Amino acid sequence: MSEVINKNVSYSKKDLQSSTSIKWCPGCGDYSVYNAVINAFTQLNTLRENFLVVSGIGCSSRFPYYCQTYGFHTIHGRAPTVAMGAKLTNPDLSVWIVTGDGDGLSIGGNHFMHIVRRNPDIKILLFNNEIYGLTKGQFSPTSKVGLKTKTSPMGSIERPINALHLAFTMGATFIARVVATDVKHMQKVIVEAGRHKGIAVIEIFTNCIIFNDDTFYPFEAKSIRNDNIIFMENEQPLIYGKNNDKGLTLKDLSIKKVNIDDVDNKNILTHNTDGDNSTMQYLLLQLEYPNFPLPVGIFRKTEESTFDDTLRSHEKIAKENAKIKTLKDLMYSGDIWTVK
Amino acid sequence: MMNITSDKTSNTVKNLGLKNVVVRFAGDSGDGMQLTGERLAKVSAMMGNDVLTLADFPAEIRAPAGSLGGVSGYQMTIGTTDVYTTGDKVDILVAMNPAALRVNVDLTKKGGIIILNSFAFTKKNCEKAGYLENPLNNKSLSSFRVISVDVNKIIKEALKDVPLSTKEKERCKNFFALGVVCWLLNRKLDTTIDWIEKKFFKKKLIAEGNQKALNAGLLFCEANEIFSTSFVIDKKKAEHVVKGTYAYINGSTATAWGLICASQKAQRRLFLGSYPITPATAIMQELAAYKQLNVTTYQAEDEIAGIGTSIGASFAGALAATSTSGPGLALKSEFLNLAVIAELPLVVIDVQRGGPSTGLPTKTEQSDLLQALWGRNGESPVVVLAPKTPSDCFFTAYEACRIACKYMTPVILLTDGYLANGSESWQIPDVNSLKSIDIVDHKNINLENYKPFKRFSLTLARPWVIPGTKGFEHRLGGLEKNEAGDVSSDGNNHHRMCELRLQKINKVADEIPFPDFYGNKSGDVLLLSWGSTFGSVRQATHNLTKKGISVSHCHLKYINPFFKNLKNILSSFKHVIVAENNLGQLSVKIRSEFCVNTVPFNEVRGRPLIVKDLEEMVISLL
Repeated sequence: MSEVINKNVSYSKKDLQSSTSIKWCPGCGDYSVYNAVINAFTQLNTLRENFLVVSGIGCSSRFPYYCQTYGFHTIHGRAPTVAMGAKLTNPDLSVWIVTGDGDGLSIGGNHFMHIVRRNPDIKILLFNNEIYGLTKGQFSPTSKVGLKTKTSPMGSIERPINALHLAFTMGATFIARVVATDVKHMQKVIVEAGRHKGIAVIEIFTNCIIFNDDTFYPFEAKSIRNDNIIFMENEQPLIYGKNNDKGLTLKDLSIKKVNIDDVDNKNILTHNTDGDNSTMQYLLLQLEYPNFPLPVGIFRKTEESTFDDTLRSHEKIAKENAKIKTLKDLMYSGDIWTVK
Repeated sequence: MMNITSDKTSNTVKNLGLKNVVVRFAGDSGDGMQLTGERLAKVSAMMGNDVLTLADFPAEIRAPAGSLGGVSGYQMTIGTTDVYTTGDKVDILVAMNPAALRVNVDLTKKGGIIILNSFAFTKKNCEKAGYLENPLNNKSLSSFRVISVDVNKIIKEALKDVPLSTKEKERCKNFFALGVVCWLLNRKLDTTIDWIEKKFFKKKLIAEGNQKALNAGLLFCEANEIFSTSFVIDKKKAEHVVKGTYAYINGSTATAWGLICASQKAQRRLFLGSYPITPATAIMQELAAYKQLNVTTYQAEDEIAGIGTSIGASFAGALAATSTSGPGLALKSEFLNLAVIAELPLVVIDVQRGGPSTGLPTKTEQSDLLQALWGRNGESPVVVLAPKTPSDCFFTAYEACRIACKYMTPVILLTDGYLANGSESWQIPDVNSLKSIDIVDHKNINLENYKPFKRFSLTLARPWVIPGTKGFEHRLGGLEKNEAGDVSSDGNNHHRMCELRLQKINKVADEIPFPDFYGNKSGDVLLLSWGSTFGSVRQATHNLTKKGISVSHCHLKYINPFFKNLKNILSSFKHVIVAENNLGQLSVKIRSEFCVNTVPFNEVRGRPLIVKDLEEMVISLL
């Protein structure tokens, strides 16, 4: 993407909003995500025509229709494949996948896994509302155990997927989590993802007001959220709490919560998003509310060669070294004979 | 066709002239029969014969040695005149073990030659093949001319100075067999000697072993006067051969090259998203080797991702294709519909194999026709084309790309295992003579008038405007759209769009040429075929004509839409026999479209249609 970044690009929010009227339910968390993404797009110094937003099926997947960019609302679970084909054809495109917990982790689980491990320069916005919304309220692969829905009247039996842990094990080079109600933080993380070269996975906790309302309440409500989430900042101590009085420390290969006053400062963990800090990132990805505060922000940000770059470099090598340089060379390359 | 004279008293070898000869090599899957057969076919093609081949191998990579299930065969017809089939029956069978004999003996003509490796005919191997007693020791083969040779022994002697292990030496025995057949058919060894040199240039000893084994086969025939007759299959007569440069090509390679050719003509990158599946994989493998020709191949995580990436590539401006076989086409059907409604160019190659389910994965069949035509939800018309011979895969793949780009539509190319693995000589075309590939993009339209689904009246195609084009930003998707490209759930709009998409596909018929036709334009019997059954049906037509029976043959390359006046052709005959490698799928389409009562001729035996069966069927009808 770096090749097409144009410092002179300056868009207002309106430039990137399509005229299509948005049809999410009033109060849906996706509205704030939309605002954050559009704002982030204006900050990425990328020409509007070079943005491509690709989605699957589900409430969040209507997203491309609302952006005044190129877009493709594809089929259920398969957005990563379409995004990949487009990126490999035109590496100058800034390709964004919009998916949900059902789309990306259930029907599209296979594609999610494989796009992450291939590390193309593509960004994934995973709208997680822990429910199937567009089909009117069935448990999803991220629903909590015990969630009662129309298809789980006695409570969901399944253990939920930890999407970011899955991304981590597949070698994601950028992993982040945000809560949709915190637009400012969300926007900042999305911009960072946009500037990252390689796959970026951002899990966005977004509230479904109709079928799973308040499932993220502890992380959203201003009065209590600072006790329930921990903002991870690179090279900053992992502390949290309304009064910044709590922190995380390491004991016996596990993360423990402590009161800052009870421990020596140097025992408070410092966050590091570098690639060589995988073990700590792994531990942070395990932390679950309510036993721990929910980590939000960027878990990991590291550069590795991307699929698209490597593919192009192979093509370059082939062009330099190949004996067969044209179609004609190819057609005359086998055992041939001439009849005169 | 072949008449062996057992002229054992003569010291000289008679050269018997033949119009054509059918040869089949058979052995264990690891015996190198495919390689050996391919060599003989190539050498014969280069000598000026017409050649058509059939690769007939099992699904297992290395089934237990000597088992019936592990027998791999490679059959070919080598001819002086046009060759249409690989032959119902075999003139010369090479069987490397009892299992190979057992599986193929019924395919061999009475009086035909069977060359056997006697070393392999042990009690154990005979039992494995289901023989109660060694067939070499009884009269069960008395109606054939059997040449039984201890190949292992000869190889051991011939390669005694080559420092290879016994096992490695034994692997050279296929070249001995090739040497024998080359002598029988008067083929020179020099091009094969050169080829071995090149093929094994990193393994000099193996090359030497194979070359010596090849020579040993030839010397064996000369020294032992085992055959009193050898065969001369003259070159095709000069007046039957078009001047030019020829290559020897199989259907997979021809398909791949057709795609590359189209991408160069269209000046678009070629993108193939695909997932390995027999017998389609060879297309992806061939294309993967030519990145320097602006070809991107993407081995996806599954069939669905294969077509998904291709659709993404198509949106972004590549000439995109995906290759698969029947089960894969089933998996791709939802995505195929996305390309239908988004109206993006896409070529889907289905190398058909025996179904349903995993079926006969390495054997040929034409049973995906109805899946290709109708196997999707909603009103989903696509163009369906089928090549008739291995080399025709080049032209039909090219045509599929041309139509896809011109009409902004998916095109399904129905090849099959027989075409993909079969090979023949092919006159290398002048690519300048191929039809141009017309693409309508943003340069052909004014931005002020641009609507994503505004159509051109000539083709009803929408313009192909790709991401990165300033000012034309638009969104595609699986939801129904109106002309402006906005999502629309209006029933009237949906009705109109469904009709337009259908009309667009039907427009293709405007440029479909008269079908490949042989015989009178009216009469009692018309044989109707499509795809790879061309050869069997054309051969049956010739044979019947020679017998004084008047039949005509109409062969279809375009199956959806049909040639415009197909109904007139069909209704000029009393009987329309539809010959297919399935249980009557084209018949269903013909009957439903034209109310013509067809007579189906169907076989699903994992091999091309048997010419003799078809002839008998025609005769019984009259």
